[in-house]
Amino acid sequence: MTGPLGKDLLGLEPLTGEQIALILDTAEPFKEISERAIKKVPTLRGATIVNLFFEASTRTRVSFEFAEKRLSADTVNVAASGSSVSKGETLVDTARNLEAMRIDMVVIRHGASGAAQFLADRIESNVINAGDGTHEHPTQGLLDLLTLRDHFKKLEGLKVCICGDVLHSRVARSNIWGLTKMGAQVAVCGPRSLLPNAIDEMGVTIFDHIEDAIGWADALNILRLQLERMTAGYIPSLREYNRVFGVSRERLERAGRDILILHPGPMNRGVEIDSDVADGPFSVILNQVTNGVAVRMAVLYLLSGGRPELAEAAKHGGGR
Amino acid sequence: MADEIVELNDGTDDLLIVGIQRRGVQLAARIVSMIAEREHVTVPQGALDITLYRDDLQTVGPRPVVGPTDIPWDIDGKHVVIVDDVLYTGRTVRAALDELADFGRPKRIALAVLIDRGGRELPIHADVVGKTLDVAPGGRIDVMVTELDGRDAVVQIRPEAGT
Repeated sequence: MTGPLGKDLLGLEPLTGEQIALILDTAEPFKEISERAIKKVPTLRGATIVNLFFEASTRTRVSFEFAEKRLSADTVNVAASGSSVSKGETLVDTARNLEAMRIDMVVIRHGASGAAQFLADRIESNVINAGDGTHEHPTQGLLDLLTLRDHFKKLEGLKVCICGDVLHSRVARSNIWGLTKMGAQVAVCGPRSLLPNAIDEMGVTIFDHIEDAIGWADALNILRLQLERMTAGYIPSLREYNRVFGVSRERLERAGRDILILHPGPMNRGVEIDSDVADGPFSVILNQVTNGVAVRMAVLYLLSGGRPELAEAAKHGGGR
Repeated sequence: MADEIVELNDGTDDLLIVGIQRRGVQLAARIVSMIAEREHVTVPQGALDITLYRDDLQTVGPRPVVGPTDIPWDIDGKHVVIVDDVLYTGRTVRAALDELADFGRPKRIALAVLIDRGGRELPIHADVVGKTLDVAPGGRIDVMVTELDGRDAVVQIRPEAGT
């Protein structure tokens, strides 16, 4: 049951640079499918995939669902509210019950770090992490890598600064793992209260001033400032955050060169990013969303099927 | 082969040449340039990767590499000629027909192959054949093209010779 990525995709930390490159290369031809009039290939026909979303999500859930449907898989969405989860069923019981209905893959989004791993250890189906707590969001990291690679044609040596709430961000962690494994240089910039203590152990540079980050970087990946952080006392006020760390057109212009702008969404316009930056000429925020479907199709394709015991038999019938 | 394709189509009107990844794409490009030399018309050309349409995807081991598909033309009402290097079981052509159907409804689809080695498992035949070779089921035919392999050659590997 194991393909080139193993059984599951839980994060970018366990992957090698070659595996990440394979996913990005595989995503390339999948882009074309979404441009067709009939946006569908029969690759995963007959496969059943459950999207198990314990946290709110629009982009990621819709993106996964499109990826699954464009590969002809049958999909079911389960949200925590309105399911047996709200009656107190445990995660593993929910998954085992779903598995008893003969499913092939589970895509899981959960508020607890490690939830995807926990599930993967206990069920036979392929598990794809669609974000677990503050741990990882591997497909977001991959689509960020693909978007950067599309623009710069390479990742090696690229200078990428991740700005904002790195402490609570699974996107930041997946980005740092993915980018460093692909040979890029990574920095973070944000208030010290929103940077993890041991962040320098991940091999990243720290900028305390957004101006310094802009002066250094080829691309900025601007994270969403989760608004509830203000009441939790991490930052004094949103207005002050915008004044000190917000990415504005004036600040970018002062760099005197083009800096690519990424944002995983949803955006708080006027907080971490100004509108004329988000909609500006160097923004690839919507390219990220388009690439998300292709990357997820690639991951589904690479994880699915591939039973080696049948490979020999198939060789005799699988010629030209 | 280029002449036969033009003849089959009664000219170059509405003709569209589609190569199957990977060697078929280079062969298609050569057919297009030969037609250009003889007829002074550049026939539109496309590429098809049929990996995602294979009928053995649930059983093959490591996932096969997917190449680009590029059909930038409207194929409705066109005379499409599929080009591949070797015709064997016919399963690749079956997949290519299915994939083309997702792009539109050509007036006619024909098949041109450099080598027909026999051994069909599906009711498929080629309209234009470069050479017919009788190859035993265990044998292998490798078509090499300069663009990918550094030289043009057709190599027959007999089963007893290994690999």
